[in-house]
Amino acid sequence: MALDQSYIGRTYPPSEPYEVGREKIREFAAAIGDDHPVYRDPQAAAALGYDDVIAPPTFAIVVSARVGAQVVFDEELGLDYGRVVHGEQRFVHNRPIRAGDRLVGVLTVDNIRSAAGNDILSTRVEIGTEAGEPVATAYSTLVARGPDGES
Amino acid sequence: MPATVNYDDVQVGTELSPASFPVRRVDLVRYAGASGDFNVIHWNQRVARAVGLPDVIAHGMLTMAEVGRVITDWTGDPGSVVEYGVRFTKPVVVPDDDAGATIEVTAVVGAKLDDRRVRVDLIASSAGEKVLAMARAVVQLA
Repeated sequence: MALDQSYIGRTYPPSEPYEVGREKIREFAAAIGDDHPVYRDPQAAAALGYDDVIAPPTFAIVVSARVGAQVVFDEELGLDYGRVVHGEQRFVHNRPIRAGDRLVGVLTVDNIRSAAGNDILSTRVEIGTEAGEPVATAYSTLVARGPDGES
Repeated sequence: MPATVNYDDVQVGTELSPASFPVRRVDLVRYAGASGDFNVIHWNQRVARAVGLPDVIAHGMLTMAEVGRVITDWTGDPGSVVEYGVRFTKPVVVPDDDAGATIEVTAVVGAKLDDRRVRVDLIASSAGEKVLAMARAVVQLA
């Protein structure tokens, strides 16, 4: 049941670029029910000082979850994704993600522990452009609920 | 629509406009598609119950996104959210009916920081239970 502690501190190579599309941002904004024009209309974005439409603050999860999948779905680690719930999430933004960004993520395993029968995996994904400009850091904690877990 | 909230007009204790957001099964399906998070517990009641959950639960990230709208609706500029973090303490249980669940959100300025930034503290509840803890954002004001 317990996960392999030797993963703690492991940093993965940069991911393949994720290209942020206007329509993807529109789709994501619609899915969270937010009709703010800055997510849809380049002119509205320009009025706020942005070069193109920007993404909602939590859109970074679309990038970070893809990058995090390297460890979340690593069979050797053995996290039971069918029992996973989200424990904690935090984003630190250097700037908003915007359409046209080509983003790469560097995944680090910050911690692995067990508590109350649950396996708990904490990761960090540093997101930046291909050119190396930092954009955001996503800190995630996933909890695989044990048979007697309470999360 | 420039950012309208001026740092000098905000005090510790300033309340943001509260909001409530419906979360129905269809919203979970839509969010799953848009986000790429197809974890079965967010759309399959049989599997959710098999792993000990009361029913299908909302994506934590959907809850976090909805709660954050109280801030972005306040400033008018979603790019004002510099940091945003939450702990998910209770699941938002989404029944298979037309009403679904409701997330109630209140927010207050908890601290004034340097660089014309403030810390906003958020409280989110569903079905009378707090679903987040330590829900906080650092927000850049004008």
